[in-house]
Amino acid sequence: MVIGLDVGSTTIKCVVLNEENQMEYMTYERHFSQITRKTVEMLRAIRARFPEETSWRLAISGSAGMGMAEYAGVQFVQEVYAAKVAADRYVPGTDCIIELGGEDAKIIFLSGGGMEARMNGSCAGGTGAFIDQMATLLDVDTADMDALAAQHERVYTIASRCGVFAKSDIQPLLNQGAKKSDIAASIFYAVVNQTIGGLAQGRPMKGNILYLGGPLTFMPQLRKCFDEVLRVRGTCPEHSLYYVSLGAAFSAKQECDLPAVIEKLEGYVSHSEWETLPPLFENEEEYRAFCARHAAADVPRGTLEELTGSAFLGIDAGSTTLKAVVIDEDGRLLHSTYLSNAGNPVPVIRDFLTDLYEKKPDIRIAAACVTGYGEDIIKNAFRVDYGLVETAAHFTAAKAFMPDVEFIVDIGGQDMKCFHVRGGVIDNIYLNEACSSGCGSFLQTFANALNYDVEEFSRLGLYATGAVDLGSRCTVFMNSSVKQAQKDGATTADISAGLSVSIVKNAIYKVIRPTSLDDLGKHIVVQGGTFLNDAVLRAFERELGVEVVRPAIAGLMGAYGCALYARSMAEPEQRSTILDRFDLERFTHEVRSAVCGLCENKCRLTINTFAGGAKYVSGNRCERPVTKKAVSDELNIYRFKQEYMRSLKPVPGPRRIRIGIPLGLNLWEMAPFWYAFFSDLGFEVVLSPQSTRATFIKGQASIPSDTVCFPAKLLHGHVEELMDAGVDAIYYPCMSFNFDEHLGDNHYNCPVVAYYPETIAANMTMRAGVTLINDYAGPHKRHDFPEKMTETLQKYFSGIRRSDVKRAADKAYAARDAYLDAVRRKGDEIVARARAEGKRIICLAGRPYHADPEVNHGIDLLINALGLAVISEDCLSGKMQKFPVHVLNQWTYHARLYAAAKYIGKQPDMELVQLISFGCGLDAITSDECRAIVEGAGKIYTQIKIDEITNLGTVKVRLRSLLAALEQQERRRGA
Amino acid sequence: MAELKYDKNGRLLFTKEMKDEYTVLVPDMLPIHFNIMRNIFVNEGYKVALLDNAGEHVKQLGLKYTHNDICYPALLVTGQFLDALTSGQWDPHKVALIIMQTGGGCRASNYIHIIRKALHRAGFDYVPVISFNLSLTESNPGFHLTLPIIRRMLAGVIYGDMVMLLSNQTRPYELEKGKTDQLVRLWIDNISNQFGQSKGYSLGEMRENFRNIIRSFAAIPRSREKKVRVGVVGEIYVKYASFANNGLEKFLAEQGCEVMVPGLLGFLMFKVDARIQDFLIYGGSRAKYVLATRLLNYLEKIERVFMESVDKFSDFMQLSAYQDTKAPMQGIIGLGNRMGEGWFLPAEMVELIVHGYENIVCTQPFGCLPTHICGKGMVHKIRDLYPQANIVPVDYDPGATRVNQENRIKLMLSVAREKLCEA
Repeated sequence: MVIGLDVGSTTIKCVVLNEENQMEYMTYERHFSQITRKTVEMLRAIRARFPEETSWRLAISGSAGMGMAEYAGVQFVQEVYAAKVAADRYVPGTDCIIELGGEDAKIIFLSGGGMEARMNGSCAGGTGAFIDQMATLLDVDTADMDALAAQHERVYTIASRCGVFAKSDIQPLLNQGAKKSDIAASIFYAVVNQTIGGLAQGRPMKGNILYLGGPLTFMPQLRKCFDEVLRVRGTCPEHSLYYVSLGAAFSAKQECDLPAVIEKLEGYVSHSEWETLPPLFENEEEYRAFCARHAAADVPRGTLEELTGSAFLGIDAGSTTLKAVVIDEDGRLLHSTYLSNAGNPVPVIRDFLTDLYEKKPDIRIAAACVTGYGEDIIKNAFRVDYGLVETAAHFTAAKAFMPDVEFIVDIGGQDMKCFHVRGGVIDNIYLNEACSSGCGSFLQTFANALNYDVEEFSRLGLYATGAVDLGSRCTVFMNSSVKQAQKDGATTADISAGLSVSIVKNAIYKVIRPTSLDDLGKHIVVQGGTFLNDAVLRAFERELGVEVVRPAIAGLMGAYGCALYARSMAEPEQRSTILDRFDLERFTHEVRSAVCGLCENKCRLTINTFAGGAKYVSGNRCERPVTKKAVSDELNIYRFKQEYMRSLKPVPGPRRIRIGIPLGLNLWEMAPFWYAFFSDLGFEVVLSPQSTRATFIKGQASIPSDTVCFPAKLLHGHVEELMDAGVDAIYYPCMSFNFDEHLGDNHYNCPVVAYYPETIAANMTMRAGVTLINDYAGPHKRHDFPEKMTETLQKYFSGIRRSDVKRAADKAYAARDAYLDAVRRKGDEIVARARAEGKRIICLAGRPYHADPEVNHGIDLLINALGLAVISEDCLSGKMQKFPVHVLNQWTYHARLYAAAKYIGKQPDMELVQLISFGCGLDAITSDECRAIVEGAGKIYTQIKIDEITNLGTVKVRLRSLLAALEQQERRRGA
Repeated sequence: MAELKYDKNGRLLFTKEMKDEYTVLVPDMLPIHFNIMRNIFVNEGYKVALLDNAGEHVKQLGLKYTHNDICYPALLVTGQFLDALTSGQWDPHKVALIIMQTGGGCRASNYIHIIRKALHRAGFDYVPVISFNLSLTESNPGFHLTLPIIRRMLAGVIYGDMVMLLSNQTRPYELEKGKTDQLVRLWIDNISNQFGQSKGYSLGEMRENFRNIIRSFAAIPRSREKKVRVGVVGEIYVKYASFANNGLEKFLAEQGCEVMVPGLLGFLMFKVDARIQDFLIYGGSRAKYVLATRLLNYLEKIERVFMESVDKFSDFMQLSAYQDTKAPMQGIIGLGNRMGEGWFLPAEMVELIVHGYENIVCTQPFGCLPTHICGKGMVHKIRDLYPQANIVPVDYDPGATRVNQENRIKLMLSVAREKLCEA
């Protein structure tokens, strides 16, 4: 008989075939990382089932089976290949297989041009595990999730790039009261988009499609989503779970001595190949001393019963949990609660208040304050007096424990906030970018996957002697590191300790990134629910070599800070506006969705209506649907740039040839140049419309590298849109060089900007009648340009004369100068007006293409809505001369950044906020240097990382924190 | 004790005294080539040590002292330097570091600054860093690339390429294990000795050495078994350095493959050619164009001798001449693509395919900018034109695990083996 084993990241699947290749037995089990034990058990069961059998063949497949197979000398079959072997046999004529597993996504193309297989890269998160994680977030099991998805009415946009990104899109939706059914369906669509966007890489998926693997087997709605997006009707065959193990069985060649293999496998334990870390605690004594030290950091406490005077209420509506505290006039903690918000904070708060009023019917709340993701909705729903940005709330609380605190680290379930305190004001703020939000919920998900609750899981790690060094990268990487360690035989305790350490390393080296650990100071307060975990706390102290303060209420600090804030703001005799008992009993909450029609953005709104008619709208990019007034965009250079590009309208020319220019990357600055150039030559020039979400979706199937920056990915959609518009040719030139603005040592474009046209040419199919012109162009060589350009154009068009090109070039250079000049003048105008109105000015610095509304996600509008003016780096860079920097200053756009950073250093009313695209390698260099320049001038550097992600919640926290810090600084200076 | 001297921008210089007192640390990328290079500098009176320190600790040091999104090669090299400085093996006050600065539009030209920033953070401001470049961007009184050194280095590259080419084709088939590596060591010493006696780098001497090298490898008794042939291309550092690619060549050898890694000379020619292409595409200074053309012609002359020798004295496989790699790029990628590996990367893939190395591992650091385009971006096109191509792109990064990388490569090998059986 033949055994095929498929040892995956979460399950083991096994089939036994007889010599006629008929299925005799099959089984499927989760292994909870006890891979060897489960395998041995399965093989034993098989032996017991077929005691007569003496001749066995065995092959192992699956990502976690490789090491085991090698060790036991068993044939290993790569899992994608195995799936293909099975498909060839059972469903001949299959064109394409889509297989989603626990942590892998695979597409296998079988027909046409040879077999080709794609697996998700090291960045795209696992899909089965991802769906599990999302189900946890929705508080349902995966079967329910499928049922929910069937009832959906609308689909939200959820980033499909990686699990962590998606999660940070879903969380706010939940907090804002979106329906679970809609979210469930949106998650499925995100999985589909992720699979196609990440794996198709320009190869169309069509014909007979086969769906394999757990998620696609168990979730018909997910299959439906694939069908819909791919416009196919795929099949999920019988035994779809077992294709890999079947393929392994079919490929098994060698006779094997099964009892000997079982015996050998039993010896396959803990030969430690991974890098280990010293144990967190050597012994219990050490642990007890540690606990005793931390127990000392507590707040004065009292009880609700003994309360006589005013009470102050603080609420922290976090992303996964909800915290609330009640304190008295002396700051004593009387009552607290720490609850899971189960996806919707409103009923949780209602229950909390009801309970509070019941416990203390005569409570006199003087003031209440709310912070966290749910701040807006809670404030509106319950008429809370104050809202406070999270960082300020945490700082207020930390000061109560350590008045001279220098550094605060808060690690919650979903987010991480760290900030310096200098001279009593919040200085640099570090928030985890969406890519590294490992945090506490990660630990929780992992614990659950291994069948532990999180406390139990982390306790396991306290004394682990072989803690796995998992590094400090994003959680998706950690997943595979864990997989590797499991493969090598690490115990659950070793993994638990390793995860705790990696969370700490993530916080320190990925989010805070101190130049040296001394930078953080000696007075550190750590807080957030994750630090209640002793393993994490210990790892943190060990990594920094400092004893830190962890308040006993580490999980409640946001709420406690709010309560203290409310106490400090309340006037004597003040009564809080918060819903009283009477109103609370009549409290209602209705949610409906709508599409805003006030501008072309067509934001999908979620409208919450509360008893008494109070409303809270979310999903909007600007304030118009709320205030019904247009936001003034006069103090916004980004809007100006967008308008300028819109003004470049197609005008039919004598040549009757329409040339399309995709409005992306450097063309956001070069469009006026090429528009003037080609118009003068008699072409009709069509710019692709400014990006929307649909632009991205349209082009995503031809993106070959899933880790390239988002602005580059958008180009694929723009080219599609130009083809839709029926242009005759698309002009998108390669340009190694940019113009020399004499601010740096050279004037290159970045490699992606320079050569992305090559990617377009190599991966997109032009429709009949459309020519892509992506020849190299060198406008930086004013003298040679007309000559070289004539040569290029003559390849494609007849009747191109050098003299005409020369004239057109003159027009083009003039148009570019006019554009840059207009930007600078508009910038000056904005600055002058802002100063006249007493508004702060934010230099939202990035690249020209950050003006794209789909790239900047409306951050410019958000800044405007906060009452600030927005200019960009190119408004200022012209005011500076070249100066020495500590990097090789060789890219034109980046030289502008350094110049702008230097310039704002001397302007008391200007701040620099740097926009950084995820995956932009050059910004790894520029951001460090910009930070150094800005901080060198005694200012606060703020960085915002952007990607496909559409959630502005974190961005808002960052900007509000910046403002709070600036105001504080100003007050100090005034005082 | 050498005094610390700075230039007008505050850059710490490598002085003449340092040349006598200091050891220059060089991160190893290609063992054969770099050992020959080291010996060249030792013969010139420098104290030079190749760094081959590796392991998780080195990666962690790199992570700690560089930006987390910086390219993997920069991170590893920084880690190697810092590890060396803190290892106790050298007195940090008596060492200098050296790093190649290519000066293109890629991040790589910033490595030297990244390393300096890391040294500053780690408290090693007093350690000078020498930029190794041919464009004279940063000069040091104690370090000069004289013409004799340059000629020897160039010859060193070519000898290295030859030994690598031949050993890759003998090692998998040698009947007596270890024979090939023995010969590799022998030739490194032999060539270095010749250089020490100012011999071995004229065209005539090269011709003679080539013959001897080729004959010696051809004389190794080999089996005739058929192995899966795999080509390795990619970003230059992760392609070559086994520390960066998790021992890729060794892994492939264990999987029973014959590995072809294109040599370094082609890359050098590509870099020289980039100047020529810039002139042809954008215009500019004719003098620079003429100079670059002469240099390229000279390199081509050496290449010809190399290739003729291999054909004449053996039946070893060799890839295309530089100019022949260019022609198939028509319709695939423009010759103006010159940052990082540029158009030369798909060109190497194509030459491997047409020479029977249809199975290709395309290596790149995670998030490497040029290879988004010239690596992964070209796979689709190449497969359209050469359907037999079996290419797997693999990303390397401190977080990427070996199990994932090896799994992807094994998939590629499964397809390769199936084809080998069908053939």
